[in-house]
Amino acid sequence: MTIRHHLSEQLLTAYAAGQLPEAFNLVVATHVSLCDECRAQLMAFDAVGGALMDGIDAVAMGDNALAAAMARLEGVPQATQRAPRKAAGILPAPLADYVAGDLASVRWKRIGGGVKQAILPTDSEASVRLLYIPAGTAVPDHGHRGMELTLVLQGAFADENARFNRGDIEIAGEELEHKPVALAGEDCICLAATDAPLRFRGMLPRLAQPLFRI
Amino acid sequence: MSDQTGFPRLAVMAQARTGLLRRRETVLPENAVEMAELVLRVRDHQDTAAFATLFSHFAPRVKAFLMKSGAGATLAEECAQDVMATLWQKAHLFDPERASVATWIFTIARNRRIDALRKSRRAEPEELDWGPEAEPDQGEVMEAQEETARLGQALAQLPAKQRALIERAYYGELSHSEIAAETGLPLGTIKSRIRLALDKLRHHMS
Repeated sequence: MTIRHHLSEQLLTAYAAGQLPEAFNLVVATHVSLCDECRAQLMAFDAVGGALMDGIDAVAMGDNALAAAMARLEGVPQATQRAPRKAAGILPAPLADYVAGDLASVRWKRIGGGVKQAILPTDSEASVRLLYIPAGTAVPDHGHRGMELTLVLQGAFADENARFNRGDIEIAGEELEHKPVALAGEDCICLAATDAPLRFRGMLPRLAQPLFRI
Repeated sequence: MSDQTGFPRLAVMAQARTGLLRRRETVLPENAVEMAELVLRVRDHQDTAAFATLFSHFAPRVKAFLMKSGAGATLAEECAQDVMATLWQKAHLFDPERASVATWIFTIARNRRIDALRKSRRAEPEELDWGPEAEPDQGEVMEAQEETARLGQALAQLPAKQRALIERAYYGELSHSEIAAETGLPLGTIKSRIRLALDKLRHHMS
């Protein structure tokens, strides 16, 4: 699998710095699970954080801090098992965590034209959803009023400029106007996050339910 | 993950490091490799003396980092305690071939901050199964451990304005859209080192 469309350095820095909304964190973590190039870049940005913290003007801990820490260790068993989370299905592990399973666990809602979506529960700074678009169907107009990240999980979509396959991520700003279409062959499943308010206004009452479920 | 790896490895590393010092004659981190060895001693021997040394170096830095990120002194101290307890608990997750101790602790501190200060949640990428832990490659360990110090030097040499921007990004003063795309830091070597390790891993898996 060759991934051609990657996360920007800006997004990876913000993820390393811990400054992304929860919905974007999920998209970044899912893409990085599929993309070694971005994983390597991310680890480099983590290293920047390490260097900054190591070079910081330290602030002394309280008088009994070490004793308190040592006392605390006695009750803390060390975890010894290393069990890497590895998803077996279509959804990489971080996404499978949100869905509590693979594709079969997704609670789709029809939004017309054969398209389905499932909004995932995150904090309200930004929103994220899974989109299911039948092969050969146009991706519904989802508006780009803020920043929108779209990650392909199955199938592919294309617009006038590029084709996006599994693992590819499209980063769209407000300026982008395009008409993406799910390509023939396989139904397309994407993970899409935006920090703009959701569009389909008439549907808000229905959408609000899963949003506030947790 | 065997117990007999502790001390002989330390000796090998010390030797290798002296060799490197002679060859390059650059300023090398005082103790990056030794810090990694301390974490391995916590992991393999539940060594509380090793933990105490790590605590005295890193806890005040974690506290400072959290205060720069907007936490009050009391909360920062509490969170620094949590971070150090996590180090003890999750020492088996530390991989000295991939990241320095400082970088690893930074990631724990950052996640604690997202939790405690932002009250938000951070999805983590799928972990990679690096396979049965053979004796880590000493050259790779050294490379990974000493990167932090080299990056620190590069940071110190940046123009003040540029350095301040990076600091503000990592201390959480900038929103994601305000964060600059370019750090101006030489991250290429780190990235290629990890990329190489990932390629090797994928090759093994296929």
